[in-house]
Amino acid sequence: MNIPNDLLFASTHEWLRRENNIATVGITDHAQHELTDVVYVELPAIGTSVEAGQQICVVESVKAASDIYSPTSGVVEAVNEALSSDPALINTDPHGNGWIFKLKLADNADLSALKTPAQYAEQLGQA
Amino acid sequence: MDAILKHTPLANLHVTLGGRMVEFGGWQMPVQYQGIIQEHHAVRKAAGIFDISHMGEVFVSGPNATRFLNGILTNDVSLLRDGEGQYTLMLNEKGGVIDDLLCYRLSPNLYLLVVNASMIEEDVAWLHAHLGDGVTLSNESDSWAGFAIQGPLSANIVSEALGNPPQLPQRNEILSTEQPAGKVLVSRTGYTGEDGFEWFCPANQAVFWWERLLSIGKAAGLVPCGLGCRDTLRLEVGYPLNGSDLSPSKTPLEAGLSFFVKLEKGPFIGRDRLLEQKAHGTQTRLMGLIMEGKTPPPRSHYTIFHEDVAVAETTSGSLSPSLETGIAMAYLPIGLTQPGTRVELDIRGKRFPAVVSKRPMYRPSTTSKL
Repeated sequence: MNIPNDLLFASTHEWLRRENNIATVGITDHAQHELTDVVYVELPAIGTSVEAGQQICVVESVKAASDIYSPTSGVVEAVNEALSSDPALINTDPHGNGWIFKLKLADNADLSALKTPAQYAEQLGQA
Repeated sequence: MDAILKHTPLANLHVTLGGRMVEFGGWQMPVQYQGIIQEHHAVRKAAGIFDISHMGEVFVSGPNATRFLNGILTNDVSLLRDGEGQYTLMLNEKGGVIDDLLCYRLSPNLYLLVVNASMIEEDVAWLHAHLGDGVTLSNESDSWAGFAIQGPLSANIVSEALGNPPQLPQRNEILSTEQPAGKVLVSRTGYTGEDGFEWFCPANQAVFWWERLLSIGKAAGLVPCGLGCRDTLRLEVGYPLNGSDLSPSKTPLEAGLSFFVKLEKGPFIGRDRLLEQKAHGTQTRLMGLIMEGKTPPPRSHYTIFHEDVAVAETTSGSLSPSLETGIAMAYLPIGLTQPGTRVELDIRGKRFPAVVSKRPMYRPSTTSKL
């Protein structure tokens, strides 16, 4: 599985890319592989306030609906509208064009609880 | 967990082929290899091969076999000639469905029943409980393997695998043949709506035949297929799945399967209730639903609303890869069964529009009736 070096990871298989006080979030290559063909993404509403670990949206494959959890605390600032017409972007480019939402980080957002690429690789047993 | 799951003779091969193994009705089965949608399209456009070794093979023989089966199955067994099969149902005393199955006449006093994997024990117990003189049951489910080869190109593949016989079985026929590798039973049946075959062979020949069929069909686009697309394919053509769309509390008349019920043939278990329903009409009927626009894929047990009143729940649902929209089935009150009736599905607290449809919701190019 592809585990980019510039990302942080939640144990529930979401990734986070931080740029200043904005964090872009998606699901990992491992997660999309486990889910198989993504056919629908229920995007969160812009302005939604979430805590770390809180269920925020749903990704559906042919076989199942899976909850997605916010890796950290903040307010939803943007969502990836492209997923509405092409949900399979999550399969083809999970860490890039398949991003799901952007959070404006809360002042108390603590990213230190997230995993480094090496720690996430260890979780997947591919260290 | 694995220890209590049953494995088909192809279990190791599935893993080698990249099959993603899941639990299904007590069996470890591949849900997909390359992807459900890709495999679905392969069956609609070329061909796919499915492991159906988990299904049950029960042989019924003896001078009274025909009469026995006609008293316990809804279709008319006496209409079958040697080498012919029919879709049929086994009902409880209240007319509810125990199982749906295929019944083939192999010779005048020998029948093969192909039953759902999760129902083998229950079916055999029910048959045993009603067994009379002059009938012998033989549950050979463990010693047979089965594949389904489905899709518009399946006939060429099956023909070559059988050494190009002068004639292939026609729809619902079954061919019993001795191949160099052993006995093979091939029927022209399936669960996808496409032209297709079901291929039964001794379990110890399973790997040989699977690899042979795949190597013959590969160039034409034959791919191994999992249970995931088996479900989307059957749902598009409105074939019911026992345990979801069929149940002991619903009759075949409610399920829209009256074509396979021969009330005039004489007594059979469940017939009294069906006669009563036929006389008075049923309260509900299993209908198709097609979602409108981009919606989450419907799944089973989603509540259906009509004018703000909850009227039913879905029995099956999925994205339809062929229609590229959500589809479902549900037992709707008779007043809402007119195709085109507008309803709404509740999905995680939000309502999404759907239209009532006849079954099938999708008609394949090589359409075949059950």
